[in-house]
Amino acid sequence: MSLELVCPAGNLPALKAAVDNGADCVYFGFRNSTNARAFAGLNFDSETAKQGIRYARERGCKVLLALNTFPQTAQWHIWRQAVDDAVELGVDALILADLGLMRYASRTYPNLRLHLSVQGSATNYEAINFYHEHFGIQRAVLPRVLSLAQVENVVKHTPVEIELFGFGGLCVMVEGRCILSSYATGESPNTAGVCSPAKAVRWQQTPKGLESRLNGVLLDRYGADENAGYPTLCKGRFEVEDETYYALEEPTSLNTLALIPDMLRMGISAIKIEGRQRSPIYVEQVTRVWRAAIDAAKRDAAYYAVTPDWMAQLGKLSEGQQHTLGAYYRPWK
Amino acid sequence: MKISLGPILYYWTRDSVRDFYDQVAGWPVDIVYLGEVVCSRRHEMRFDDWLDVASKLAVAGKEVVLSTQALIESESDLKMLRRLAGNGLFAIEANDMGAVRLATGQSFVIGPHINTYNGETLEVLAEQGATRWVMPVELSRHMLAELLAKKPQDMETEVFVYGRLPLAFSSRCFTARRYNLPKDDCHFMCLQHPCGMTLKTREGQPFLALNGTQTQSASIHNLIGEINDMRQLGVDIVRISPQSTHTGEVVSMFRAAIDGAMSATEASVELAPYLFDAPCDGYWHGRSGIEQSKEMLT
Repeated sequence: MSLELVCPAGNLPALKAAVDNGADCVYFGFRNSTNARAFAGLNFDSETAKQGIRYARERGCKVLLALNTFPQTAQWHIWRQAVDDAVELGVDALILADLGLMRYASRTYPNLRLHLSVQGSATNYEAINFYHEHFGIQRAVLPRVLSLAQVENVVKHTPVEIELFGFGGLCVMVEGRCILSSYATGESPNTAGVCSPAKAVRWQQTPKGLESRLNGVLLDRYGADENAGYPTLCKGRFEVEDETYYALEEPTSLNTLALIPDMLRMGISAIKIEGRQRSPIYVEQVTRVWRAAIDAAKRDAAYYAVTPDWMAQLGKLSEGQQHTLGAYYRPWK
Repeated sequence: MKISLGPILYYWTRDSVRDFYDQVAGWPVDIVYLGEVVCSRRHEMRFDDWLDVASKLAVAGKEVVLSTQALIESESDLKMLRRLAGNGLFAIEANDMGAVRLATGQSFVIGPHINTYNGETLEVLAEQGATRWVMPVELSRHMLAELLAKKPQDMETEVFVYGRLPLAFSSRCFTARRYNLPKDDCHFMCLQHPCGMTLKTREGQPFLALNGTQTQSASIHNLIGEINDMRQLGVDIVRISPQSTHTGEVVSMFRAAIDGAMSATEASVELAPYLFDAPCDGYWHGRSGIEQSKEMLT
């Protein structure tokens, strides 16, 4: 197996869009805080999950379930139940982040395939091999912090399949190790499955411009000629020593189309497309471009070139219509 | 209840670090964590320098633990991790699961950068040899109380009670970014910011602090008023994170509050002048971390 295309399914129409446009796998979450995209109106109940799994299976597409938040003691039973429900539904693999939950899943269902979520923060092979030895993790999703050379070194030193983020929202921090959101709002990806939650966002037109606030904290202020993006905490403009700028990261998306031949050469097992919170149309368009690009690179990596058409299509879908190779390209750091 | 001094999270000169620990030897702290947790480019203190400081503090009667880097990316990061895990004298604080793998079989500490949100997770770590855990800073008192009921026996509990909160790690260096320098040629600008660089909102509210690849709170997390409650909950150790000024005074206030020489209220009042930014305690009370409970404001 090489370079599977793993696409986001925030709801049933998005799942179908991914399957119809060439995803090898889709990933989804239940409609509660057991996954890191616990947004209102998103995700699956048991009935839509059944329908989605059937739809994907009949078309040769695998289905992965993200249970990638960290259960707190009093709610442990909710996460345990989610593992049981996933097995009952017959998903192809679980994507887990919590050590305790991995132990429960691997002991209770020894034949269940487990993937280590990006929220598990494993950035080196010693960490990945720990999860492999103790829980039989078969694939790890790497945080978006390693350079390509560092990724290659990980691949060489582990029997675990490696999945990389290829396209979509760019976390500038190590996933699973960022609590900026709960510092401002009380809810983080780790605990509540949300980052910069919509319910804490306020927009206000003021004489100085359009202001975005997260639980009262001013994240940015936009002039009449500026596009205002979703106010994710790490992508606001702040003042440091009297300079106002994007102190952590610009509103930009990750786009690694250019790296597909490198990924094939290095033996990367899968590319993940971010965006369970995005629309079915987004999923359809991104999946179609990535399917075409991966197929082209597999046919002939030496003559692979990113087409202007692919870039134009993805550019329209990118945050701030900007994209970056992120940490894979060392100068980004 | 014991007091620990966490690792210095900032980049100080070698002389500053050595002077600091010369003083620490005489302070009423029980445990001292040593080492570089944030950035592999920080080389003022070498491995042998740390071991030298560790030995001196051990002679002064302190329990010494060697802290490991939170974000392990490269082969040279792993090489340093192996040296620390194999030092043969001092226990390590594991801040990454790679460190847990290398420390397995020894007695070690689970640092605040490993996600331990439930008793089952602590059990897994106890089976590897962990004998103490430092609570992730985002957990509330309520969540801690629930977790302590499920905690493995003999696992000590440590809580971060003072200092700018460690909130995030990145492979990007935000201090270098401020000066438009690449990370690989950062001119070691962190040396000029011994308690981080304050990041303010566009209306001047201090919000975060940039410390190289780490992002911290601008506000000072301060739980001195909660000492008695923590003791009753079963917290064994409280951690003070070294700041560049007045850490000795902060330690004295916590010691006085723990020993009952001062009431929690008196200690809070005495401590207030030493805070170099606004206080916060929201996480402990189950709210946003940036908040400060009203009782402490008055």
